[in-house]
Amino acid sequence: MMLSRVAERVYWFARYLERVESMARLINVYTSLLFDLPKDTGISWHNLVIASGSHHEYERRFSVKDEKRVVRFLLEDTSNLGSLMSSLRMVRENIRTTRDVLPAESWELVNEFQIFVSENMQQGLNRRHRTEFLGDIVKTCQQINGLIYDTMRRDEAWHFLVLGRSLETADMTLRTLEAGARMSGDCIEHDSVHVTDAVWSSVLGTLNAIMPFRRTMKVSLNGEDSARFLLEDTLFPRAVTACLLDMRASAAMLPRGLAVGKAVDGLIKQVEKGDGYEDVLVALPAHIDELQRQLGGLHNVINETWFTPG
Amino acid sequence: MSTGRGKESDSIDWSQYPKGDFFDEMISDKGNPRAASRRIVSALSKLSGEELESRRVAADRTVRDMGVSFTVYMDGSNIDRAWPFDLIPRVIGEVEWKRTEEGLKQRVKALNMFINDVYHDQQIFKDGVVPDYLLKDSKNFRPECVGVNPPRGVWAHICGCDLVRDADGKFYVLEDNLRVPSGVAYMLENREISKRVLPELFETNDILPVDDYPEKLLSMLASVSPRKVRQPVIVILTPGIFNSAYFEHAFLAQQLGVELVEGSDLVVGEDDCVYMRTISGLERVDVIYRRIDDLFLDPEAFNPDSVLGAAGLMRAWKAGNVGLVNAPGAGVADDKVVYAYVPKMIEYYLGEKAILPNVETYLCDDPEQREYVLANIEKLVVKPANESGGYGMLVGPHASEKDHKTFRKLVQENPRNYIAQPTLQLSTTPVITGPGQVEPRHLDLRPFVLQGKTTTVTTGGLTRVALKKGSLVVNSSQGGGSKDTWIVAQGGKKS
Repeated sequence: MMLSRVAERVYWFARYLERVESMARLINVYTSLLFDLPKDTGISWHNLVIASGSHHEYERRFSVKDEKRVVRFLLEDTSNLGSLMSSLRMVRENIRTTRDVLPAESWELVNEFQIFVSENMQQGLNRRHRTEFLGDIVKTCQQINGLIYDTMRRDEAWHFLVLGRSLETADMTLRTLEAGARMSGDCIEHDSVHVTDAVWSSVLGTLNAIMPFRRTMKVSLNGEDSARFLLEDTLFPRAVTACLLDMRASAAMLPRGLAVGKAVDGLIKQVEKGDGYEDVLVALPAHIDELQRQLGGLHNVINETWFTPG
Repeated sequence: MSTGRGKESDSIDWSQYPKGDFFDEMISDKGNPRAASRRIVSALSKLSGEELESRRVAADRTVRDMGVSFTVYMDGSNIDRAWPFDLIPRVIGEVEWKRTEEGLKQRVKALNMFINDVYHDQQIFKDGVVPDYLLKDSKNFRPECVGVNPPRGVWAHICGCDLVRDADGKFYVLEDNLRVPSGVAYMLENREISKRVLPELFETNDILPVDDYPEKLLSMLASVSPRKVRQPVIVILTPGIFNSAYFEHAFLAQQLGVELVEGSDLVVGEDDCVYMRTISGLERVDVIYRRIDDLFLDPEAFNPDSVLGAAGLMRAWKAGNVGLVNAPGAGVADDKVVYAYVPKMIEYYLGEKAILPNVETYLCDDPEQREYVLANIEKLVVKPANESGGYGMLVGPHASEKDHKTFRKLVQENPRNYIAQPTLQLSTTPVITGPGQVEPRHLDLRPFVLQGKTTTVTTGGLTRVALKKGSLVVNSSQGGGSKDTWIVAQGGKKS
């Protein structure tokens, strides 16, 4: 038996931890991409804000869209609920009262993590040390996940971790794809089609998917196949379908998991319907948009099934 | 690690123990160990200063590794502090303890009869044994509880009675904590720590075990379940992580194998039953060991702004659908004025003489006694009737003129709310103050009494000790520490 509140906090712990890692990854890849691209591509730092899903908040507060503001907003600004620091704070809040169901050392690691990030934030804001700093953040997230993966019983709490983490990963993959489509569109508009390969390479790079892509798709890197791989592959853990399959397996292990299983199946079908990946201006964004909407719906089903009974 | 420039440090020299004018728990006036402590004193003497120091360091590390902590509220934030633990156990002989235990059972039985009387016939007031102003201005009397019949008439299932020894070496009851007494987790953890760092002492001393407490607590909790099922659903209700006793709540939940719930996890149905929200849906709850105060328990019945409890708990409890431990309203006996009448209650309800004496207590509400208090305030300890944790009190001999004046005014303005007691010659016991060094420090003892189908008392209890020289304040929130408490079979040796 597991309390709904504890289940919910474990789920959100996993989601926020994944967000921390995603944000670090995203900023890192953008930083290197933007240095590689010619100035006239029309691709700007603001795409990063769009990819993180917090552009409404950003535009409400700032009119200038330069690197300094964007990076600060996404890394350390705690009034931005989507910033890395805000997510890290939520990681800690959610683990505080669930320490008894997670490995004991994870609480210590999270504490050390938060101290490390607050003390070294300046390194992330300056370009010179940013890569190293963000790399350390990614490593720490992986260390925490590794500890949990290695030492946790595959009990109910485990399955809520999987649900939270997989849903967040799928969401991040969709966001990254969306950003890729948008940048490709920008390239086309600015007539610099020659840089779209660099864009898709950065999309795959954000998700550590370049090698798996090459070994699976056996074609040279291009937008259409990148999107197909990141959406439909069943074996690459950050591909949307693979995330959904993990969620289905975990839902099946939990009491009353039927509704969630059904919702996941519906979503898998929706992914398979995908078509027109080469059309980055209309068809692909529309498909991604629909998937994001349904992923939000899947969260609602999880919420209603387990977190708000009675 | 440095050992002080290579200087050999020596073992404890008990002949140099700076015993004061107080009763010392371990060392007699002649400088010899008391009977129950003989083995432990001699064992400690055999440890070199360095060895003792390394055990002390090991104890600190054990506290940290086991994550034994308590939370203090300071400068607007909550700080988790390591639990302060002194290596040398506090020893009490079994024969003396048996008698003390009887006294505690007797006391808690009478207190429960009193509370039950308060919420039913109020016969003790009608018979003029206790004045009825006690009820009229009681902060902890709950009119909502009148007429309720908890199982077996027990209201205070868990009591933490504070005992002190005076100069005569006798145990006195200092106060009865009947609301949500805390500290028992530290009693259990203290034993774990001392087993780890002083294992050899457990081979040669006949120390009675304490670790059956969770078992006893669980059966007591099960005994108040309204549903007579083999495995009633029991939960511990915590106000949450910011509470100073959260460590204990989590510890007990783990030890008992029950869920640690917050108010928002509970819901009272239209059938007046309590349910908790689990991932399998709503599950009926039979017994709630609540660690939050009455007034925060149920926004429907008490403080409407409170988010700590759950709406309808009182309804469910009155309908007899859930056991609440301690019962709401039990705190009516947790009043220092009521305390003064406990020996009379014992005679009234049980027809027996009190086994454990009270500390002499002056009731400021009585004009004659008040005059005495006002005239002698610098010699007395003045306490508010309904506070705990050592807050809002005056220790006359240690306070300034200005404080005396302030308290004289407080007493005159609200005499019902104050009692005074002579400054006790609180007993002392050795505490390690440096490598190979021991000094006497004042201490008290909090045994826990459980009353359900049967009444049981912990073996000893939680010993709290003032760490500052001369200080009488033992509360951990005020800089006190603790010791493992041993009840030993006198002269007994394990065969």
